[in-house]
Amino acid sequence: MNNDVLIPRVGVVTDIRTDTPDVKTFRVIAPGGGKVFEHIPGQCAMLSLPGAGEGMFSITSSPTNREFMEFSIKKCGCLTTALHEMEPGQQVGIRGPYGNGFPVDTAFKGKDMLFIAGGIGLAPLRSVINYCRDKRADYGKVEIVYGARSMDDLVDYREILDEWMTDEGVAVHLTIDRPQEGWDGHVGFVPTYVKELGFDTNMTAVICGPPIMIKFTLAGLTDLGFDKTQVYTTMELRMKCGVGKCGRCNIGDKYVCKDGPVFRCDQLENMPDEY
Amino acid sequence: MKRVNRSKLGDLFAKIAEAEALYLPVDAPEGARYEKWAPGKKLSNATNTVRSAKDFFFPQTERLYDVKRSGKTLEIEPPETETESFVLFGVRACDVRSFKILDSVFLADPVDTFYKNRRERATVVALACDRPEETCFCGAFGIDAAAPEGDVSAWFEGDFLYLKAQSEKGEALLAKLGDLLEDADEKDVETQQMRTRWMLSALPLGKVSFEGMKKTDLMDHFKNEKWRSLSEACLGCGTCTFVCPTCQCYDVKEFDDGRKIRKFRCWDSCMYSDFTLMAHGNSRNSQLERFRQRFMHKLVYHPNNHDGEFGCVGCGRCLQKCPIGMNIVKVEKALEATHE
Repeated sequence: MNNDVLIPRVGVVTDIRTDTPDVKTFRVIAPGGGKVFEHIPGQCAMLSLPGAGEGMFSITSSPTNREFMEFSIKKCGCLTTALHEMEPGQQVGIRGPYGNGFPVDTAFKGKDMLFIAGGIGLAPLRSVINYCRDKRADYGKVEIVYGARSMDDLVDYREILDEWMTDEGVAVHLTIDRPQEGWDGHVGFVPTYVKELGFDTNMTAVICGPPIMIKFTLAGLTDLGFDKTQVYTTMELRMKCGVGKCGRCNIGDKYVCKDGPVFRCDQLENMPDEY
Repeated sequence: MKRVNRSKLGDLFAKIAEAEALYLPVDAPEGARYEKWAPGKKLSNATNTVRSAKDFFFPQTERLYDVKRSGKTLEIEPPETETESFVLFGVRACDVRSFKILDSVFLADPVDTFYKNRRERATVVALACDRPEETCFCGAFGIDAAAPEGDVSAWFEGDFLYLKAQSEKGEALLAKLGDLLEDADEKDVETQQMRTRWMLSALPLGKVSFEGMKKTDLMDHFKNEKWRSLSEACLGCGTCTFVCPTCQCYDVKEFDDGRKIRKFRCWDSCMYSDFTLMAHGNSRNSQLERFRQRFMHKLVYHPNNHDGEFGCVGCGRCLQKCPIGMNIVKVEKALEATHE
């Protein structure tokens, strides 16, 4: 019997939550219950639906969750459309975990954390945010800036309102791109909002969102006085293997699947702009 | 060192094929290609095969696993592990070195078990070159075509095929051929070796060196203006990647045969526009970017990640096959000239 890393295990989708018009969060467990494998925040997994394909997705649940893994997935292509059409009880192929993950037990430990996300970019950050919330004593204050196109596009809105915003030592700043009826919060793009808010430059920042949002937010943080060594981001490119061999997710001599997906922003300076 | 008379080559192949499958280059209408030996098949005299020998370890397509669906349930069926051992006869020094480069990718943690299994089951008989071609530049990578690496090194000289075991596997193979072989003196091939080395150095690409690439860092190479003119005529056909013995990029695909979903792996090419295409965009949109990726990978990224070893063995196949006459030597020369 061959047990190559490319051969997935079976996972069961037990629960599907509709977050926004185009984002659903899927809960996955092993057929016998429990998690299919352990991971650290920021790592990814290959999910496959036979007949539709296979793709890399960040694991959105925190490893402190002992019962299941979650994946927040935006519908934007063939595979994600097929995943969105699943019903609870559907089995999927799952393999991983892949990538380096966030340095939660080293560089992040004891730090004040600033998380900045745009749209579905919250998916990979939710894992590390909830990890910090669950291990509160290990980290300083937690600030979260999260923006989306509209109120309806904010992923995990219920969890943000009911859990994050009620947490002591966690401050959440939400923003949407354009004014909307029923929204009395901030309106504007994330990079501008981050500059308006201004943050203590001793914080460690983590950014995730569309590439353009990452670029402008990083520039904004630099203007505020942040050094690039204090800012982390997580990337995503097309992947087939997840283990640095299929040859397509490289940025220069780094493979996103294996050397990333988490990079410190000063590392990006010496990498080609192919993302 | 052992030898066998050329007139007994058929007996030699028959003896090898008694115990395990034997593959060797034979002449075909499109040029030399590897085939499974059968009585009557003759070893090609060509300097090299049109396609490289990488297929034996990293086939153009291979089954990864099957999935059976019933309702919402999936059953994953891994393939049977291949168990046939085999002998690859007549692999040239450049292709033998390509195995080492492929090893550095596929045997790196986590090991590709499909690849590893085939590598372990193969015995490589490497054949020294005595008539190198104008497109050969293996010497640029420290490869000695007159003394190829391999489990057994072999030379044709005069009326004889000379064989020298270089590993335990090689010794085991020669031990099985005992009756057919007679003792020989290494001096018998030395004249040929000197001649081959001289020929290689006198060929048009005999003095090519890639070491100058290492004087310039990654970002300077990446930003070089010359990529535009170098890549201008590239058709994106991917021929270079398919004939290349070290190109190892792959795709994972599937098809539904009505009963099962069959997942397979196949060669892919970084020269293709959909190689990096995602639902929301493409990280390498232009042929310039794709062309640059291929050569940067071989000349900068691979050496950076593997102790300075280039991802090229100088076999010259891409020089022979590129429809626009572009190749890695021209690229290297253009890049190095920029920084002189």
